[in-house]
Amino acid sequence: MLNAHKKPDSIKSSQITPESIYRNRRQFMKAGLGLAAVSSLGLPSIAQALEYDIPADLPQYPGPEWMRAQLAAAVRNDAFSTSEEPAPYYNAITHNNFYEFGTDKRDPVRKAQNFKTDPWTVEIAGEVAKPGKYNLEDILKPHALEDRVYRLRCVEAWSMVIPWLGFPLADLIKRFEPTSKAKFVRFETLVDKEQMPEQDSIFSTIDWPYVEGLRMDEAMNPLTLMAVGVYGNALPPQNGAPLRLVVPWKYGFKSIKSIVKIEFVEEMPASSWNIIAPGEYGFFANVNPEVDHPRWSQATERRLPSSLLSPNIVDTQPYNGYGEEVAHMYKGMDLKKWY
Amino acid sequence: MAKKWHTCIRGWTLRNGIKSAIFTGYPKSPALVVILLLPLLPLANLVWLGVSNDLGTDPAKFIVDEMGTWGINFLWITLAITPARQALGWSWALKFRRMMGLYALFYAILHLLAFCTFLIGWRSDLFFRELTERPYIIVGALALLILIPMGITSTKSMMRRLGKRWKSLHRWIYPASLLVMLHFIWQIRASFYEQLIYGLILAVLLGYRLYLKYQR
Repeated sequence: MLNAHKKPDSIKSSQITPESIYRNRRQFMKAGLGLAAVSSLGLPSIAQALEYDIPADLPQYPGPEWMRAQLAAAVRNDAFSTSEEPAPYYNAITHNNFYEFGTDKRDPVRKAQNFKTDPWTVEIAGEVAKPGKYNLEDILKPHALEDRVYRLRCVEAWSMVIPWLGFPLADLIKRFEPTSKAKFVRFETLVDKEQMPEQDSIFSTIDWPYVEGLRMDEAMNPLTLMAVGVYGNALPPQNGAPLRLVVPWKYGFKSIKSIVKIEFVEEMPASSWNIIAPGEYGFFANVNPEVDHPRWSQATERRLPSSLLSPNIVDTQPYNGYGEEVAHMYKGMDLKKWY
Repeated sequence: MAKKWHTCIRGWTLRNGIKSAIFTGYPKSPALVVILLLPLLPLANLVWLGVSNDLGTDPAKFIVDEMGTWGINFLWITLAITPARQALGWSWALKFRRMMGLYALFYAILHLLAFCTFLIGWRSDLFFRELTERPYIIVGALALLILIPMGITSTKSMMRRLGKRWKSLHRWIYPASLLVMLHFIWQIRASFYEQLIYGLILAVLLGYRLYLKYQR
């Protein structure tokens, strides 16, 4: 396990565009888009308004004032979205694994509603040219948000289709200019025993804070998303507000929630589930029907929501169906060993 | 031989089954019947939730867990009856022991059926893989295999017929309860609160027997 970092990351630091160039490019793209908008005057808008069925009697999460315009401007990224039907809003906001708020699936929705997610500070640290503590607003500001419908496969053998709002993690990484020593990215969730009751439990096997990590090439993969919203709105606290990772080809526990620290490191960082049970949860944790969890099968999954009449059991796909985009990163690796 | 089998099977036809396996030997007061039907409430609750479409996003997992939990609850209650009778002087408790044991078996079987139906969709390939590769499922299945002959021999006539062997057969509840505990412990992921509570209760219930044994 510890030798995994010997597998070189496929992104060279020279490939990570400096912020200045990146910003110019964004401006250039904006100008281009403006032109397109002018030339298509009178025609239907290119950016289809995002429409999700959010029943009025369910809690709404519009997000902080400053975030709303950005959320509203989000555009669907069709290239990276599955055509599968997203789970109903109700299921996505009531069936959550967010152990800081309890281990039952309904604990987060019950216990996280008063979780304070604004103001929010994210620390950028480690092997990076621009370390520091940043307001979420400043982190988010330069990024145009995309709507991406991803499959989410939990290691517990259930899955859901979720429409996220976010931006590529790669864009964020480039802005802060990691050094050549940055081989891995390490993430940390907030620790706040007042707000997160399970962090105060003596029965928990997790050593808080919850930590996760990605290899640099995984972090730079265009599929890897920093999400701030779902279903066209801000993230509900139970879904990891205000900022979470979404890595759709890995088991859900890699997609760390309520991030307060992003650190660039040289060595493969420890990750929470790997610390608890190294024989059961690996650092890579790529969805793989061929490699079972020691205690249960990963060959199939229950696509939620399911009903009693149709348990909705579907075969699990390698890399959760994202092999085309990500399999090349693991070429030559023994996936039974690097689970 | 043939006659024995005949009576044994006869005991399990519905009418006689209800008569002999469940109510034989019990005072036939309506109050008692109501008490003996109380353990069906968890099942009724589940049916109610199902009808009102309120089983949550993952009903399969919810039902399987719920049935398993109630199986454990009734198994622990069954084990608690002898200590309650002897140590607390609750002599009335004995007449509930058989029913509590049968309810443990009842919920364990529902647990298995729910697992087969909702979690693996009666796919035999998955069933055999689960049953051969997962230690926690193997110990759970073993526990159920032990409980089944105990349930079948729970009638008065079987008790009479087996004589001394009846008691040694029904002592298998101890290893069965340990297997069930292991089945439960092997599912710990982020919190061991429930397993700790159930484990402590089982330790008291089995510890009581060990204490008596070594007292003599």
